[in-house]
Amino acid sequence: MAASGNPEVKLLGIWFSPFVLRARIALNLKEVQYEFLEEQLGTKSELLLESNPVYKKMPVLIHDGKPVCESLIIVQYIDEVWAGSGTTLMPTDAYERAIHRFWTVYVDDKLYSSFLDSIMRYRTDEAKAEAEEQTVAALQLLEEAFDKISKGKPFFGGDTIGYLDIALGCFLGWIRAAEINGLKLLDHARTPLLCAWAEKFYNNEAVRAVIPDTMKLAEFTKVLRSSYQNRVPPTK
Amino acid sequence: MVASYEVRLFGMWASPAVRRVEWALQLKGIEYEYIEEDLSNKSSSLLEYNPINKQVPVLVHDGKPIVESLVILEYIDETWKDKPILPVDPHERAKARFWATFVDVKCREEARKAFHMEGEEKENSIENLQVQLKALDEELEGKKFFSGDHIGYTDLVVGWMAFWLGVAEEAAGFKANHEAKFPHFARWIKDFLQEPVIKENLPPREKTVEFFCAFRQLGGCGKMNQK
Repeated sequence: MAASGNPEVKLLGIWFSPFVLRARIALNLKEVQYEFLEEQLGTKSELLLESNPVYKKMPVLIHDGKPVCESLIIVQYIDEVWAGSGTTLMPTDAYERAIHRFWTVYVDDKLYSSFLDSIMRYRTDEAKAEAEEQTVAALQLLEEAFDKISKGKPFFGGDTIGYLDIALGCFLGWIRAAEINGLKLLDHARTPLLCAWAEKFYNNEAVRAVIPDTMKLAEFTKVLRSSYQNRVPPTK
Repeated sequence: MVASYEVRLFGMWASPAVRRVEWALQLKGIEYEYIEEDLSNKSSSLLEYNPINKQVPVLVHDGKPIVESLVILEYIDETWKDKPILPVDPHERAKARFWATFVDVKCREEARKAFHMEGEEKENSIENLQVQLKALDEELEGKKFFSGDHIGYTDLVVGWMAFWLGVAEEAAGFKANHEAKFPHFARWIKDFLQEPVIKENLPPREKTVEFFCAFRQLGGCGKMNQK
């Protein structure tokens, strides 16, 4: 878990990225030592450009000199390579794996998009409110999914944190930051199971060690929003 | 007597996402029942099996639905272990999954915009698509198929670009995939379309172009109801 660890395993990342967090949580759960190479906001290192020439984005896992890109692909890779170590991330049953994978697509496609709209991309108050509603609706579906998938256990993965827990849980810091900034997203009345799940996820050692500070994220969200508004012209 | 199939596939004839599932099933010699959906009038079965997205393809195995074509492909490979389509080595698997999301998310988005939009936006998308085609072209250097000597997962996923990209170009009057610019990719398309499982399982081109033209007329309705 150390920031400087096994040089054979390097992770390129940045403190605030939920996608980088997925990789870090997975590495921790599999008890893999790695070297965390922190990128600076606004610049891209040579190593990043070399190891991810297609997207030039983080996270990138570099294992024995070979890069692996895209957060969910990295998580599956970590689970497969270090299969004998730590806890297993993907379910063993093929159908359960398909369920986890379906919901991670949903998280990255629907939830993430509405969420970004609600904290960063909205242009008007109405648009913000609509995006907030859509995010809540997506969380509602995930609440129902949790009920079915967890079968009474603490995580989507059962007794231990699994693939879908990581895929969704990486956004919890951001969700809490958004709630500090006034949005109402997770709610004990509407999404009680997810609220309980969030507590357990946050308190897990592998997560606690790397999750960014909520207040820092809340401030950073405001910076991100004004930078986005300046950078990106409104679409017609 | 009606045979009872343990594998059923809900699909739509023009959909590349559906075809890639059929290619996988046929490569592995899996028997299945195909059910054609009218997407303007979806069956109650489809809505029951895929209430969230209401899209095709949906694979139903022993009564259990699996949704999202890339998820279906991995499920098929893990359940019927003969003739694997994904590599065994974890790093190769990661690369295969990488290219799959690249073509399915990034390339498809640019192709969609080039198809539906006009003017400057269309031109921008065509340029972006060409940058993406370059990456795919370079990936194919020294390889017959993305998956090596035989077609595999990556080829099946990139497969929409071997046929439906050309159809989209014709229907919407643009050209991104120039053979001269992307020679390895052009060669791959020829080889891919000649593979028996692929050749025997493509929609009729004329009819597909007509369908895409009609779809474009409707305009601005986002993605086809298929993933």
